[in-house]
Amino acid sequence: MLKISCPWCGPRPEIEFRCGGESHLQRPGPHDQVSDAEWAQYLFYRTNPRGVNFERWLHQHGCRQWFNVARDTATHEIRAVYRMTDPKPDIKPTRHKGGGR
Amino acid sequence: MNAARRKKYSAFALAREALRHHRGWPPAWRDATPKRAYDVVIIGGGGHGLATAYYLAREHGVTNVAVLEKSWIGGGNTGRNTTVVRSNYFFPESTAFYDFSVKLYEGLSRELNYNIMFSQRGMMMLAHDRHGVEMLRRSANAMLLNGADAEFLDGAEVKRRIPGLNPSPRFPVLAGLNQPRGGTARHDAVAWGYARAADALGVDIIQNCEVTGFIVEGGQVRGVETSRGEIRTNKVGLAVAGHSSVLADMAGFRLPLTSYALQAFVSEPLKPCLDTVILSPATGVYLSQSDKGGLVVGTALDHYPSYAQRGNIPIMEHAAAGVVELFPQFSRVRFLRQWAGIVDVMHDSTPVVDKSPVGGLYLNCGWGTGGFKAIPGGGFCFAHTIARDEAHPLTAPFSLKRFETGALIDEAAASGIAH
Repeated sequence: MLKISCPWCGPRPEIEFRCGGESHLQRPGPHDQVSDAEWAQYLFYRTNPRGVNFERWLHQHGCRQWFNVARDTATHEIRAVYRMTDPKPDIKPTRHKGGGR
Repeated sequence: MNAARRKKYSAFALAREALRHHRGWPPAWRDATPKRAYDVVIIGGGGHGLATAYYLAREHGVTNVAVLEKSWIGGGNTGRNTTVVRSNYFFPESTAFYDFSVKLYEGLSRELNYNIMFSQRGMMMLAHDRHGVEMLRRSANAMLLNGADAEFLDGAEVKRRIPGLNPSPRFPVLAGLNQPRGGTARHDAVAWGYARAADALGVDIIQNCEVTGFIVEGGQVRGVETSRGEIRTNKVGLAVAGHSSVLADMAGFRLPLTSYALQAFVSEPLKPCLDTVILSPATGVYLSQSDKGGLVVGTALDHYPSYAQRGNIPIMEHAAAGVVELFPQFSRVRFLRQWAGIVDVMHDSTPVVDKSPVGGLYLNCGWGTGGFKAIPGGGFCFAHTIARDEAHPLTAPFSLKRFETGALIDEAAASGIAH
């Protein structure tokens, strides 16, 4: 069970939240100059790292605010919680035994 | 290769060994040490990897093959699933492929000379509301049109066939969709059977050999670096399930998938009380009873990306609640074991069996939560893809290109079942 510190509500159990997937995705553009391959990258391809993942979370059963979480997908350790408009924090990826990144 | 290793398993051999106190059984496969070079290297010694090696040797005569496994064979998702085999999909492409896989399962014990304990006990999907009933009718029609077997049953018939079902549930069972040819198989036996049969054809099965990088020259794969040294090859097949993105990253590309943990549970053994596989989408749980007597319970994904092969309590509670809603008498049964496997989920819940952006590197990934039932078919078609350097007709729609063309096969939405 994750304990996630909502930037507005403080620490709450994982069942109050919903993970919204990878964060910091930039929509490519202008749209008429974007190739099918680029659209596919934007819509479907994900980094999916074994290590620190930068992801969006929603406090669904709480304040209903979106925010960002930097979370290690191998250990589930939460490295940082920051607001939607904040830049990606500079977190060194941990190397896990048997992992790629 | 000694001749004893190829001894055929039979009732006669069992009786003979019983008289000899079972001291004459040879190892089922060699513990191979890696050679410097192979024609084909398969990464991942799970069901898909081992089946691919077997069909490469058997169907295409490619026997200079190594299967590299970072720990022990069948120790990943092949040993962590709920062993359900079925083909109850919606789109023609899916049913054609998965039904082919079920057909291979039907003949697999005989083909491999290894009892995989395939038990076609039926797979029953339940509907607990009017919309669920409509979904089941639609599914049944789609399955029948696509050539799979299906029978639509009313609530009374479902209760007659599964006498233990809750007689007064909050959401009564209104209908069921049964696939009589669905069922379960012994998961370890599938890996071991393919390993033994592939080994007998000359394939090297190399355990405790982790791939740490690819040797790529001019966009063409020339070998792999492993924890047991460099291995040269011009063809590499990737069959690593939940770790596909990690391996793809080593080769320098991304994949349209996300890795999640999927939990399963088995209870303490009970006397036989459930003779089919039950899936209840409304309560979010499915279960069957193993030959040992344990209730094998599966449920939904842990809904955030994970490479940790362990699950979380909320999903466990969800599964237990679903079981008790269906069978209140199981409320005092204890879970004996709990585990999780890392599954690679594609955006449309349809796998990829295709070439990758790197020449000579082939992909078998994206099976999501349903890779076990696809092992024979996936291995068969992946072997074809590697040997001929072109897609097998059954997996041609399962291409990477579909994410650019938009020809997605959206089973996540269409068949409305967890996978």
